[in-house]
Amino acid sequence: MLNVSIYRYNPEVDSEPYMQDFKVDTQGKDVMVLDVLEKLKTEDPTLTFRRSCREGVCGSDGVNISGKNGLACITPLSEAVKGNKLVIRPLPGLPVIRDLVIDMSQFYAQYEKIQPYMINNNPAPAIERLQSPEERAKLDGLYECILCACCSTACPSFWWNPDKFIGPSGLLQAYRFLADSRDTATEERLANLDDPFSVFRCHGIMNCVQVCPKGLNPTKAIGHIRSMLIRSAT
Amino acid sequence: MVTTVTSLGRSGLSDWMIQRISAWVMTAYLVFIVAYFIGNPDLSYGQWAELNSSLPMRMFSLITILSIAAHAWIGMWCVLTDYITVRLIGPKATAIRIFFQLGMIAITLLYVIWAIDILWGI
Repeated sequence: MLNVSIYRYNPEVDSEPYMQDFKVDTQGKDVMVLDVLEKLKTEDPTLTFRRSCREGVCGSDGVNISGKNGLACITPLSEAVKGNKLVIRPLPGLPVIRDLVIDMSQFYAQYEKIQPYMINNNPAPAIERLQSPEERAKLDGLYECILCACCSTACPSFWWNPDKFIGPSGLLQAYRFLADSRDTATEERLANLDDPFSVFRCHGIMNCVQVCPKGLNPTKAIGHIRSMLIRSAT
Repeated sequence: MVTTVTSLGRSGLSDWMIQRISAWVMTAYLVFIVAYFIGNPDLSYGQWAELNSSLPMRMFSLITILSIAAHAWIGMWCVLTDYITVRLIGPKATAIRIFFQLGMIAITLLYVIWAIDILWGI
């Protein structure tokens, strides 16, 4: 029997959060953490968490699993269980709405700041804006981000200044548009990032890289943004 | 774009570059001083005073002191804006943070002026 400890908090009933212990029979199978949560929810329907695609694409079920942020649906127990114990908490740093569900408004507000859409004021061509294979290759490792917030909520700089520091996820997206050959707002985008908080609160500790369930590297993207700022401002 | 008025260079990039360049200056100074001590095991006060009263050495020391001041200002400003915030310690945070920031700036400037007085007083 697997010992599972889950963070519980229902603000309508509980005065403060607490950890609730469960025992789960996984029949020795190396199932995913989400499967354990689903099984527990059949026993206790009040257990609350977000989930959707159950295959690491939608980014809904980001939780803190035994101390490390990750997607419950693609994290097998063999990676997450330590000493026959599985501890599941909400992603750290953002307000908890209930149990494992967090309020991601601040995360999305930072995403919105970087203008996550193509800006191109040139007249649209008859069919489409073309890219060479090399130009397209620059977007690899950037466009795959699913906005699960595992990285930003693992970042101490984001914990301390979620209203000012854009965070690894937003900055990865910012570089995705800075690197896009079809985008013409590079200077404007860079000008919006050159303050002591938006980009430069990143001190390169690479927690984001360690937790990203898609294997992306926000620290590297932030380094590229910094290089672009240096090139344009010196 | 987040507005700041108490950071050293007002721009993130400027602060970042000052932080890196000042780190190199401090490293160079440290390497030089350690090498000088190793190269002169029987160092006398006269030799030491002569080294420090030469204009190039005074310049090197002054640039290092200014680097330490800038480096400390940027570093401490980061620490203060991380931990002394309304989000973490409540509405009094702004007043406390400004108090510490101004105090830090004052101490830094005092040390720089004192160091210049020492360097040119040898």
